[in-house]
Amino acid sequence: MRTRLFAALAWLVAAACAHAGPAPMGPDDARHLLARTGFGPTDAEVRRYAALTREQAVAELLQGTRTDAITPAPGWALDVGPLRAPRGESATVAERRAFQQQNIRQGLELRTWWVHEMLVTTSPLTERMTLFWHNHFVSSQQKVRFARLMYAQNVTLRAHALGNFAVLLRAASKEPAMLVYLDVAQSRRGQPNENFAREVMELFTLGEGHYTEQDVKEAARAFTGWSLDRETGRYLFRPGLHDYGTKTVLGRSGRLDGDAVLDAILAQPRVAEFVTAKLWREFVSADPDRAEAKRIAHVFRVRDYDIRAALRELLLCDAFWAAGNRGTLVKSPVEVVVGTLRQLELAPPPSVAFAVASAGMGQNLFSPPNVKGWPGGEAWINSNTLLARKQFLDRVARSDDAAPDAMSELRASPEALAQDAAADSAAAPARVAQSAAAPAGAADEDRARARRFAQRVDAGMRNLGFDAAQWVARQPGATPSAKMRAAQSLLLPLPPVTALPPAADADAAAFVRAALLDPAYQLK
Amino acid sequence: MNRREFLHASVALPWLRIPAVPLAGLGGVGVAIAAAPPADRYRMLLVLVELKGGNDGLNTLVPFADPAYYALRPTIAVARDDVVQLSEHAGLHPSLASLAPLWQEGRLAVLQGVGYPEPNLSHFRSIEIWDTASRSEEYLQDGWLTRAFKGAPVPRTFASDGVVVGTNDLGPLAGGDTRALAIADTGQFLRRARLAQPAAAAGNRALAHILKVEADIVQAAAHLDAKVALATEFPRNGFGNAVKTAARIIANPWGVAVVRLTLSGFDTHANQPPTHARLLAELADGLTALRAALVELGKWNDTLVLTYAEFGRRPKENRNSGTDHGTANVQFALGGRVTGGLYGAPPDLARLSADGNPAHALDFRAVYATVLERWWGIDSYDALGGRFAPVPYLTAG
Repeated sequence: MRTRLFAALAWLVAAACAHAGPAPMGPDDARHLLARTGFGPTDAEVRRYAALTREQAVAELLQGTRTDAITPAPGWALDVGPLRAPRGESATVAERRAFQQQNIRQGLELRTWWVHEMLVTTSPLTERMTLFWHNHFVSSQQKVRFARLMYAQNVTLRAHALGNFAVLLRAASKEPAMLVYLDVAQSRRGQPNENFAREVMELFTLGEGHYTEQDVKEAARAFTGWSLDRETGRYLFRPGLHDYGTKTVLGRSGRLDGDAVLDAILAQPRVAEFVTAKLWREFVSADPDRAEAKRIAHVFRVRDYDIRAALRELLLCDAFWAAGNRGTLVKSPVEVVVGTLRQLELAPPPSVAFAVASAGMGQNLFSPPNVKGWPGGEAWINSNTLLARKQFLDRVARSDDAAPDAMSELRASPEALAQDAAADSAAAPARVAQSAAAPAGAADEDRARARRFAQRVDAGMRNLGFDAAQWVARQPGATPSAKMRAAQSLLLPLPPVTALPPAADADAAAFVRAALLDPAYQLK
Repeated sequence: MNRREFLHASVALPWLRIPAVPLAGLGGVGVAIAAAPPADRYRMLLVLVELKGGNDGLNTLVPFADPAYYALRPTIAVARDDVVQLSEHAGLHPSLASLAPLWQEGRLAVLQGVGYPEPNLSHFRSIEIWDTASRSEEYLQDGWLTRAFKGAPVPRTFASDGVVVGTNDLGPLAGGDTRALAIADTGQFLRRARLAQPAAAAGNRALAHILKVEADIVQAAAHLDAKVALATEFPRNGFGNAVKTAARIIANPWGVAVVRLTLSGFDTHANQPPTHARLLAELADGLTALRAALVELGKWNDTLVLTYAEFGRRPKENRNSGTDHGTANVQFALGGRVTGGLYGAPPDLARLSADGNPAHALDFRAVYATVLERWWGIDSYDALGGRFAPVPYLTAG
């Protein structure tokens, strides 16, 4: 429906511009724009955008983005009851274990849910931006534990993903997951915890060198009283814990509370520059052009932190379209997994296999390695992660084959995936299974659970059933070799590093597989 | 002692696959060690073992004669009767008992009070300081070994400059042109490596990085052998598997300068004793198996094994029978050329900082200086950003 409506609109626009104005951007530009702002575009998506001018395309991309997920959340995610964790001396081993297992199970469902949303969304930019903010306002289930709080944070990040940064900052700061992750919930008058106060300035808004240690200390006092209501799982201000004294933060003095500190931060011109530079590295190139980034930051600021306004400037600046910047960004693991499945027009049912695949490549969703998030860029690629990428791509390309033991490669345990901070550990054996505190028989249970988990992962990949011949046949072109050339330019942002099988006589499966395994496929 | 004394029957050991063509600058296995031209320095292997999370040094090397220790740790202290006594003041945690023979042979050095000025208590930042050998307030990109290799390159004929086993984080091998591989399992690596292919193409920076990693994979895969048969038995747990993988990598006849292993789980904030006991037992069993494998491969005398962690733990236990992030810590050095004994000084529990942590006695960069200066004969100034007097835990070569 939406597609048809859009096509009609595009035709109208194109017709109106037929005699004047810039020309339609064509498939190469369309592919570049969509690959940078979404997940692996299909030929149909590329063709839709190719008919528009760059301005029209960016406008279309930015309007009508979703603010919520299409995929229904897991049932437990909407619970509003008390957060109960076994605490203190009285908790039994069995209680602790049951709690741990629940967190692990829900954590896996949460990962499955998000990856599936990325696979089916009609608004890929929303998910890309939600992922961007997940890696900006970082928290990890490893510390937060309650999957429900991670879900709530994800909902907030999505709601404001393309909204207003000031609103987003205020909302993300009071998210229960954040209150727990950066210890604000532990902070109180007389014993302020500096963790959040430091990171909100260093990582979320200003960057190092743009605040002082004294600012951190005083801001920490201002955030006291921000707390988590364990009866509801929501933010709660506790006046009894708040430090009502006078503070000075970034030159602003008074009986500041947490909101006042965020206001003081948001008044700094540096905030727009800091966030713009990060958006630049996400969408444009690894090295922001200082003058151009400054200009865009200025727009961002005078537009009162309208994220769309900043994105519009970034996507229309010359650097975004420059030939020298194309194919220079490394795809994140999530982009490899989701992008490949979308681009090959596979529409698998929800499966934990895809979250596992991403984790194996170094991006375990909801578990960034630390408060700085995944470093990204070239750091995504080392021998282990590059081979994990190729293993996944090879598996997708061959998913019509039986390849019975191929997935034994992806041996992760649910515990390792849900608990460990870094996907590093996704390949490591379950620590829980070895826990000395585990009751008798637990190791067997854990092994059985790990086996069932491996089977689920395996099944998720086996069901893909990619048919290369049919997929290539759907690409544009009058002859088979023209279709293969079209497939190549859809899949690769640069010429292949290794010559692909000659299009004339190659079979489609070998051709697609070679393209997916080419080093250029790792780039966007 | 000199290098020559350690020349022993390592020529043509049946389980070593001797390259058919002798490598330039490398010589045959077991030949020309004594001459040790600079290109040959990396015959001397370094194995790093990271104890991730911050190992509790005070319960690793227990100051059982210090009443302050028992006062600070009413529920988690190791009883005097339980320690493996090393001196009149200090003993090992009972889970480390399998290291006792090494100590008796004089091949286990225990470095006490290792740390750095203005300690940082964040896991992330402190391990970055250790990995880059930076000052506390200094941010460096490259790992300390990467900087060392810049000045004294590992021969290109080696299978790889370094391999990290079981993690993706390259740690001290990060950055620069270092050929560092992350391998979880040699068999898996070799199966997957078939998907990598060498390419001479140039391109943008990101593509160049991918091609470099791909080339590193191809080179290592051509030199590693998944079927190396070792008689040594390895513990059947995560760390045991990592040690086994390490041993298979070390068995390759082309060489590798550094192998880094990781044992995780040391962030023992709550209910520490059973967890810590299990981890130390895994460590000791793993190190014992590593030694056995190195002896089997004829590499024990050419290998230095060094443990490290981002920090130690706070002397005073917390309310959850655990310990919080601390500072000065204990490191182990072992190998056929290690001079056993206690080095540095135990933490002074009577003089703790405002946040309850002891001052360090040895700078970790002095421990690194020993590796660079004494093990490889490299001037350490550039790699360590200063002059640190090596700690004499290695027998002069």
